[in-house]
Amino acid sequence: MKHTISVLVENKFGVLSRISSLFSGRGFNIESLSVAETMDTTVSRMTIVTRGSDQIIEQVTKQLNKLVDVIKVNDLTEEKFIDREMVLVKVDTEQAVKRDEVLRIVEIFRCKVADVSSKAYTIEVTGDEGKIKAIVDMLKPIGIKEIVRTGRIAMTRGSKALKE
Amino acid sequence: MKITGAKIFIESLLKEGVDTIFGFPGGAVLPIYDALYDAPIRHILVRHEQGATHAADGYARATGKPGVCVVTSGPGATNTVTGIATAYMDSIPIIVFTGQVPTPLIGNDAFQEADIVGITRPCTKHSYLVKDVRNLARTIKEAFYIATTGNQGPVLIDLPKDILNAETKFEYPHSVNMRSYKPTVEGHIRQIKRMADEIVRSKRPLIYAGGGVILSNASEELVVLSKTTQTPVTTTLMGLGCFPSDSKLSLGMCGMHGTFRSNMAITETDLLIAIGARFDDRVTGKLDEFSVNSRKIHIDIDPTSIGKNVRVDLPVVGDIKNVLKKLNSHLKHVKKDWKKDSKSWLRKIEKWKRTYPLVYKQGKSAIKPQYVIEQIAEITKGDAIYVTDVGQHQMWSAQYLKFKKPRTFLTSGGLGTMGYGYPAGIGAQAAFPKKTVFVISGDGSFQMNLQELITAVQHRLPVKVAIINNSFLGMVRQWQQLFYDKRYSHVCMANAPDFVKLAESYGALGLRAKKPDEVKKTIEKALAYKGPVVIDFVVTKEENVYPMVPAGKAIHEMLLV
Repeated sequence: MKHTISVLVENKFGVLSRISSLFSGRGFNIESLSVAETMDTTVSRMTIVTRGSDQIIEQVTKQLNKLVDVIKVNDLTEEKFIDREMVLVKVDTEQAVKRDEVLRIVEIFRCKVADVSSKAYTIEVTGDEGKIKAIVDMLKPIGIKEIVRTGRIAMTRGSKALKE
Repeated sequence: MKITGAKIFIESLLKEGVDTIFGFPGGAVLPIYDALYDAPIRHILVRHEQGATHAADGYARATGKPGVCVVTSGPGATNTVTGIATAYMDSIPIIVFTGQVPTPLIGNDAFQEADIVGITRPCTKHSYLVKDVRNLARTIKEAFYIATTGNQGPVLIDLPKDILNAETKFEYPHSVNMRSYKPTVEGHIRQIKRMADEIVRSKRPLIYAGGGVILSNASEELVVLSKTTQTPVTTTLMGLGCFPSDSKLSLGMCGMHGTFRSNMAITETDLLIAIGARFDDRVTGKLDEFSVNSRKIHIDIDPTSIGKNVRVDLPVVGDIKNVLKKLNSHLKHVKKDWKKDSKSWLRKIEKWKRTYPLVYKQGKSAIKPQYVIEQIAEITKGDAIYVTDVGQHQMWSAQYLKFKKPRTFLTSGGLGTMGYGYPAGIGAQAAFPKKTVFVISGDGSFQMNLQELITAVQHRLPVKVAIINNSFLGMVRQWQQLFYDKRYSHVCMANAPDFVKLAESYGALGLRAKKPDEVKKTIEKALAYKGPVVIDFVVTKEENVYPMVPAGKAIHEMLLV
């Protein structure tokens, strides 16, 4: 099963490699990973999406907790949460008809065109997994030249916050 | 007043109460060695950096205090990897200081540069690269704290040469407060209560005790628990010494080469109480058939050990000494005739013991390896620190030595490092100069770190080493005999040095015994000698370790002879 795990870590060099080697050393795969500073600049927050049986996920969270630089681990999958990802898609628009089609899709999905050139439009889209998949599926037949994704970020619903 | 990083290193060690370190100098640690020149710290000069880590490890296991070693950058640092991994697998607190090239050169493929923090990341509990001399004292304080608390383990500090020369004011922190590191020490009180209830209800309880009991200094509490509830105790290899061998409730070691009674008791118990043990594959054998009739309690400081291999009904995370104290005080008030209720279970165990005791036949002409170890046990009476290497002799030591106290059996259990024994013995002897330190090694293992003989001679450490010399890599040969159709591929060690002459050339006493009637005399002679001794016990070549649970079999499916 897929799990989305939030991890608060000390914002120091080497921490990311400790986390990633924890996964690689056990043959666990990371599906996506995103990291950045939090309000407190000494703390970074990671969102890790991974897959595994309950036993593997239990090991993963325990092992994460065991790392000295890890402050807090929360498997969001156990509660209600929202997740978002941003994607930039460069679409081939050499033919005029394609431009119209791309613009229509952009409007339907309420995303935006971040960059325009004579031969390509770059679409910026933010959404959950379903939305991203849907728009990518729509753009594929038109011709995707390049795609880049930020990886998932996630947060629990409601007023509760992940604190140290 | 400002002092250099190298001086801060010395001052910090003194603040931590360190009086002995193990090391080997080199370019990157010149500032440290200059500071050591007139520092009130004893430095034991090893002959290979792996020896330094094993010695620090042996020191830590024997004393319960963290062991410290210092090595230079590059090859000095990479030579420590096996020693660090050995300590990591057995949760031994050691602090490894490695030199590093100056910070501006890091990443430049500089002379004697190695990314030792990167290399050792998977086998250290934590590691540091110090990039500012102002952080040095706090880093050392944290390293000692991390190594010795929670699930203990090795911590590495990488020290660039320019940091050692840089100056700052020395202030050693009084305490450590890390928001990201707060090990659970106190056991959950309701879980402990439940545990007591389970023990009261059980008809055939069994304690399965591991190295965690020793690390937590909880042997006394374990003895109280076992005595009060009349619960028999089987120990893992790492747990040997945590429970007195002469107790009626002691079953000896369990697992692949465990006693028949231990493995049968695990199979038939209705309540398996795992204390500081981690259900290692060498203990459980085939997992599906491991102790299927029991409910399982697991007390451990390390949450990742719980439920990793075997499903547990009642987990308790906490320091074992702390948890057992609380458990014992609960059980004290229980009204139950423990003696009467345990009778039939203990009788059953006694029967297993009588039916299949550990056996070997000592003839008149050639020495059996087990006989040597039994004689060492008999003559030293459990009053020595026993250190082993890895292989057949290690298993025979586990089976035939008799233990009175914890921290008297030092062995590489998790990693199974050949070459561990002799330098670890040096570490233990450095900590206890007056005690007898008896290393039991094999002809294969001893040759992996025999350069340390000169370390023992130089520092007047009277370590005794018994080489159980069967001219084979015995354990591998045993597997080849049993599972590879006797195709003895590259296990013959007949081309060996003359260990007596070797010892003499190093300035140690060399002895040899070839006949059974020489064994006792030779051991006594070695013990009477004031300096280091190497004894070459020439034993029968193809003796096997039994009982044996073949890989992949359930632990009650033992080969007995």
